[in-house]
Amino acid sequence: MSVEARERRQPWILLSPALTAITLLLFIPLLFIVVYSFWLRTAVGGVEVTFSTQNWQQALTDPFYRYILFATLRIAFVTTIFCAVLGYPAAYFIARARGNRTILLLLLMLPFWISYIIRTMSWINILGVSGALNTVMLSLGIVDEPVQMLYNEATVILGLVHFLLPFMVLNVYVSVEGIDRSLEDAACSLGATRFQAFREVTLPLSLPGLAAGGLLCFVLAAGTYITPLILGGPRDAMFANLVFEAIITQLNWPMGSALSLLLLLVLGAVVAVYNHFMGMSQLSRGLA
Amino acid sequence: MRHFLPSGWSLIRAYAILVYVFMFLPVVVVVLLSFNASQFGSFPMTGLSLRWFEALWQNEAVLRAFRTSFLLGTLTAIISTTLGVLASLAMVRYQVPGRNLIAVVLIAPILIPEVVLAVALLLFLQVLGIPKSFFLLLMGHVIFTLPFVILVVQARLVGIRREYEEAALSLGASPRQTFFAVTLPLLAPAIFAGMLFAFTISFDDITGTLFWKPGGVETVPTQIFAMLRHSISPEINALGTVMIVLTVGVPLLGAAIARRMAMKRGG
Repeated sequence: MSVEARERRQPWILLSPALTAITLLLFIPLLFIVVYSFWLRTAVGGVEVTFSTQNWQQALTDPFYRYILFATLRIAFVTTIFCAVLGYPAAYFIARARGNRTILLLLLMLPFWISYIIRTMSWINILGVSGALNTVMLSLGIVDEPVQMLYNEATVILGLVHFLLPFMVLNVYVSVEGIDRSLEDAACSLGATRFQAFREVTLPLSLPGLAAGGLLCFVLAAGTYITPLILGGPRDAMFANLVFEAIITQLNWPMGSALSLLLLLVLGAVVAVYNHFMGMSQLSRGLA
Repeated sequence: MRHFLPSGWSLIRAYAILVYVFMFLPVVVVVLLSFNASQFGSFPMTGLSLRWFEALWQNEAVLRAFRTSFLLGTLTAIISTTLGVLASLAMVRYQVPGRNLIAVVLIAPILIPEVVLAVALLLFLQVLGIPKSFFLLLMGHVIFTLPFVILVVQARLVGIRREYEEAALSLGASPRQTFFAVTLPLLAPAIFAGMLFAFTISFDDITGTLFWKPGGVETVPTQIFAMLRHSISPEINALGTVMIVLTVGVPLLGAAIARRMAMKRGG
């Protein structure tokens, strides 16, 4: 074999294990649940191989499913807004601080490494009936008896913001850090105030980072089912909870397939809109 | 260098400090409560005690969950990093036709919501006759951690210059000798970082794990989840503290080792 042919084959040999794994464990299974979503569950719990749009009709028209879908998008959207409002100034501060920026960033990323379930359940210790906040309020005489602040949509959002904020901070930080500081100085020397310089120069230039962080927060928030199970009440289910219910509890796999594909399509549309305006390159920059 | 009027900048700083408090407060409370002597694992704290850690140490279910998580995390790290390092080498070192498409394919598992990935893999393997098992759990964790490993390893590989290998080859080393004597030692920090990342993600995963785990098998996060369904006992806080120490301590330790490895190489 010639040297060139070897050189040409080499990368494919190196890539083949990973590509095979992704094909076998992701792409083929995805195609498979597309097929599965057109099958039906029989009365005895088996699966009937057929072609029926019944699952899809139900997924798309059932008012309950639609309600949960909108609730999920609303929760994800509000979570993203809060992440942006909390995360942008913090990331800006880290990127422009005079101290050790790496340490500041690492410090904010530290909770990111702490187990998701621990961070989620930790809010029970703060907001629960015998949690920190109630203890403080009781001892100060603000309330006479403990208040239940948990198990509603607000606490689900709180948990999600706490979980996803590092993604936002990291993405904004990367883009603010990449902006030449002399641009702001130039704006100021031309008569802009510091705030004007920020609004007219830094903010527009950092929008790609904000958008990438926002996309990650939105997609990750919309796909969660653990947070509502821990911090939400019985009526705060999100769309992924429906998928979990259908697959694990009801064992209705065809319906579960249709529901999970619907979630994939909705979130895929969000990603496609993002890709149309921003392109995917910013995203992988923020992830690495 | 001031970027705002002094008052503006101190406002931003104060705001950032509040964000830090928001991020750390719940974690601090978990650690604090895990040393609580009181019966109910809640405020007010009645004293300091290690009783909940002792209870944890005697809880057979928790210990079993730890063993499962360690085994799963270690195997995931080995497989995922092997696949990831090979793929990263191809992407960084060679002109691959269609590289943009391949790059998207390689990170596809994190572009797709984990719930969907979990459902697809579960149903597909069930139909192939592979029931919920440790094997399914392992395959799931490998595919889910692979993109993260590839991103981390690629970022590190870019920094390694090819001239070292070319020098070895031109001095008469065989490709095999070059790989083991030059390339592999240079790759070690990247491999190490990839394994650490894969292990941590696997150790922490619950979204996919709840779909894939067979009945009776628990990892640490699913064990915590099951315990939460009963009530929030002080034991959970103690378990949380152990998890915090592990998931923060292991990467920090890893970073320190990686830095030493890099310094040795440099020196």
